[in-house]
Amino acid sequence: MKRKIIDCRRLLCPMPVIRVQTAVESLPDGAQIEAICTDPGVLTDIPAWSRINGHKLIEAREEDGEYIVVVEVDHGKQ
Amino acid sequence: MTKQRKAAALISGGLDSLLAARVMQEQGIHVEGINFYTGFCVEGHTHAIRKKDRQKEKRNNALWVAEQLGIKLHIVDIVEDYKQVVLNPKHGYGANLNPCLDCKIFMVSKALEWIKSKDFDFIITGEVIGQRPMSQRKETMPVVADESGAEDLLLRPLCARNLPETLPEREGWVDRQQLHDFSGRSRKPQMALAAKFGFEDYAQPAGGCCFLTDAQYSVKLADLWRARGDKQYEMDDIMLLKVGRHLRPAPHFKLIISREEGEGNFLRGYRHQYPHLTTVSHPGPLALIDGDVSAADIELAARLVARYSQGRSEEEVVLAFTDIEGHQQALKVRPLQPHEIPREWVI
Repeated sequence: MKRKIIDCRRLLCPMPVIRVQTAVESLPDGAQIEAICTDPGVLTDIPAWSRINGHKLIEAREEDGEYIVVVEVDHGKQ
Repeated sequence: MTKQRKAAALISGGLDSLLAARVMQEQGIHVEGINFYTGFCVEGHTHAIRKKDRQKEKRNNALWVAEQLGIKLHIVDIVEDYKQVVLNPKHGYGANLNPCLDCKIFMVSKALEWIKSKDFDFIITGEVIGQRPMSQRKETMPVVADESGAEDLLLRPLCARNLPETLPEREGWVDRQQLHDFSGRSRKPQMALAAKFGFEDYAQPAGGCCFLTDAQYSVKLADLWRARGDKQYEMDDIMLLKVGRHLRPAPHFKLIISREEGEGNFLRGYRHQYPHLTTVSHPGPLALIDGDVSAADIELAARLVARYSQGRSEEEVVLAFTDIEGHQQALKVRPLQPHEIPREWVI
């Protein structure tokens, strides 16, 4: 499974959401994006963005003071 | 078969844009939201930075509004392009450094580019005549439509019946009679419409979504421009203006002093870009130094930072000064006393 990692450390919301949104545009269905962030707001914002735009949230977790959110691309509903 | 018409809604996250989009959906229009990120948006940043604010529930109101409406939301980064609006607003500033009219014109022009690239038919906003003293007046409504280039592709569903017909109305894509004629600062019509649509929970109105409308923030931004002798800014500048206590002991440097742990952690992220001071002998803040400083400046800065540490009443406080390459130097200083800190240092 193709997984793209994007570094969103130090970015404040909604910039991590915008980075995920940009990455999604160039990836095919089924590809995954892992955003590594330091703003805890991503734990609500990226899942909300994924829901309304039809993408699948794989996980959203805290790890060593960072926040990791993984989204699976689904352009089908767009 | 009738073509499904599509509208792009400018979604701020407030009640008006929520209602405007919903009014269009009621008429069978396919609506998608656009939310512009300028860098000055208030939402979420203090939550992300200040530890005590993290206890509050986090919600991005634009995303929340889109979810309530069941529409897609496209968040667009306009930080770089937006500088021209902040630095040289054709229509000037409002009460603070808020270029509200130029901002609205700019956002509608960006929305126009967006609908052209996505094959959408028109733009909607939640504007209401008389709602805002600068950008939402009877005289400025046509200015926004004209100067953005959107002209009659710009429909304001909440006050459309007080304005000339737009293309979507003339073409019959939208029934003008089902649009609204709200005007003035009263929120009652919006609240009644929200109740009719079953919206009970929405962001409280009031235009507090932009730091440029904040007097204190504007003072700090003006100080930054004055000190640099140049009306420019970078993203880090406008972020740092949102954090900490800002003091300028001399024209050529200022201190950004954290007020709590979350701010200290946030400022620590800038330690490779700015020299900084931390207290060693007592718990205290982290302070960034913005400007070129001499040894005497550093000592003065250290005394000031010591004032905000738990050693403020002691004879001596030990601090560490670290330059941007990581070289560290210990300083033993007497904390400044309140009467030694002129009021004009505080930005």
